[in-house]
Amino acid sequence: MSFDSSTSVWWPFVFILIAGWLATDVWRFLGVYLGARISEGSELLVLVRAIATALVAAVIAKLVLYPAGALASASVTLRIAAAAFGFGVYLMSGKRVIAGIIVAELVLLAGLIV
Amino acid sequence: MEGRSEPGQLQPDDRSFHWFGQGAGAAFSVPGLILVSAFVGFAGLAKDAGLTLLQTVFMTAVVWALPAKVVLVSTILSGGSLLTAAFAVTLSSVRLMPMVVAIMPEMRTAKTRQWVLYMLSHFVAVTSWVVALERFPEVPRPARTAFYGGLGTTLLVFNMIVVAAVFLLAARLPAPVSALLIFLTPMYFLTSLWGSAREMAGRLAMVFGLILGPVFHLWVPGLDLMLAGLIGGGSAYAVHLFVRRRQKA
Repeated sequence: MSFDSSTSVWWPFVFILIAGWLATDVWRFLGVYLGARISEGSELLVLVRAIATALVAAVIAKLVLYPAGALASASVTLRIAAAAFGFGVYLMSGKRVIAGIIVAELVLLAGLIV
Repeated sequence: MEGRSEPGQLQPDDRSFHWFGQGAGAAFSVPGLILVSAFVGFAGLAKDAGLTLLQTVFMTAVVWALPAKVVLVSTILSGGSLLTAAFAVTLSSVRLMPMVVAIMPEMRTAKTRQWVLYMLSHFVAVTSWVVALERFPEVPRPARTAFYGGLGTTLLVFNMIVVAAVFLLAARLPAPVSALLIFLTPMYFLTSLWGSAREMAGRLAMVFGLILGPVFHLWVPGLDLMLAGLIGGGSAYAVHLFVRRRQKA
């Protein structure tokens, strides 16, 4: 049964609960269960943190290379250049997040206008 | 945000209220603002997909993680069955598990009750995770659950309001403006994730993940994030072990 296949008022909410809430919180709850069995400072935690970090990094790369919506109108070269400039400025400014973001946005804006 | 209205009764929790307030305050920051802009984009997507205001606000509250919601809405849009949608969202949300495993030992104490951690885990998504890992060092350990509760609740409720507002205003942003808004999210993650890395393994994992994410996206879409995480994170950890062993020798 798809999202629109029932006229019941409740069906969309049941759909969201099962395919949305259950599908995401099952992982979060499993994480709490497993996390309770790992002590802070353990080597296993360094590994888990590395895996989580690589995962989020993969999300970032996908957001830049395969963006949704309006960002797709900027060329891939422009997106990568903006991200690289922004990250460079972030590192050079002594890890100031806001400096990196502003420069990246300015490069993207300049590329979109020109 | 200090809960001092009923002094005698709330004495022991006085500092919890303070730190809950600090966490709530941390939501009104650059990362919080960026998340709001991402939710503006999501609300537009949900509206285009034919979801109602109530359905979208409900989805924001119960799913919370933005990528999972985007997957859910895209499946709804393509007329997928409940089973297809549940499968796609489950698969795309595996990443939440290692994130929760990594953050839990940082906020629990011997006295923390389990149900509190289960409740708090619902707030885990990239923004609150990165902000918490960044701010935890300055938060006393027994206050970290209160801090995270304040941060999570505020982010969640505020973005439910944002989603409702977008539906009501029915405003459409000009394309370059939305492009700039969408670009805020990866830029914020990119810089703050680097800043929140605790050890060399973390920075290496980030570089590996950035490279492997797109590679696996082309090769095995659907499993790309999990594979990039396992292989990228695993090899970063291997390098970390190797370097440390050499330093010891």
